[in-house]
Amino acid sequence: MKILLFGIAKDIVGNQSLDEAFQAKNVAELKQELIQKYPEFTKLSSLAVAVDEEYANDDTPISAQNEIAIIPPVSGG
Amino acid sequence: MEKKIEIIEHIDPSVIYKDLSHPASGGICVFIGAVRDTTQNQKVNSLFFEAYEAMALKEMEKIAAAASKQWNLHRLIMQHAVGDKKVEEPVVLVGASSAHRDDCFEACRFLIDTLKEKVPIWKKEFFDGTDEVWVTPHP
Repeated sequence: MKILLFGIAKDIVGNQSLDEAFQAKNVAELKQELIQKYPEFTKLSSLAVAVDEEYANDDTPISAQNEIAIIPPVSGG
Repeated sequence: MEKKIEIIEHIDPSVIYKDLSHPASGGICVFIGAVRDTTQNQKVNSLFFEAYEAMALKEMEKIAAAASKQWNLHRLIMQHAVGDKKVEEPVVLVGASSAHRDDCFEACRFLIDTLKEKVPIWKKEFFDGTDEVWVTPHP
């Protein structure tokens, strides 16, 4: 499963994207796995996930066919 | 309503009147965000902006659609810059034109506030010396 990373999420992981095996079947499970592997994510004030370029809910299902991105707190403007 | 929504390298505020003027519009309102030289008493040298471009454009489209539903607008613009930006450079520009001023004033405020809340764009601050930090707003 390929996961796109932006902003501080890139620094936490040390890469522009994650391409490793995740067991997660939905967004909540993905966040849990991510935090287990990279505990620094708990320090962020929020952690959103986008599935196919849309903000996703915790129960949104995910699979390798989706474009998944980690959205740390946004700071545009 | 006509709209212009872009993620671009350089924002050119000098063309904004042409972008927003409309025969039926008696009012044009614009907000431009620029790089400030200080953050919490620290001297800022430059900012770097990164966007999840495809999603950012989609979110900007949604904000524009919501604004055009809520207010009577003739033209609308939303632009955000990416890359390295120096002090005083424009980094975000939003604006709208309408028959009377209330609609474009209120829409303009909504456009920038919602952009800052929802659009997946991130800014890194470069300070005097070697310090650099991703800006993560507090909850």
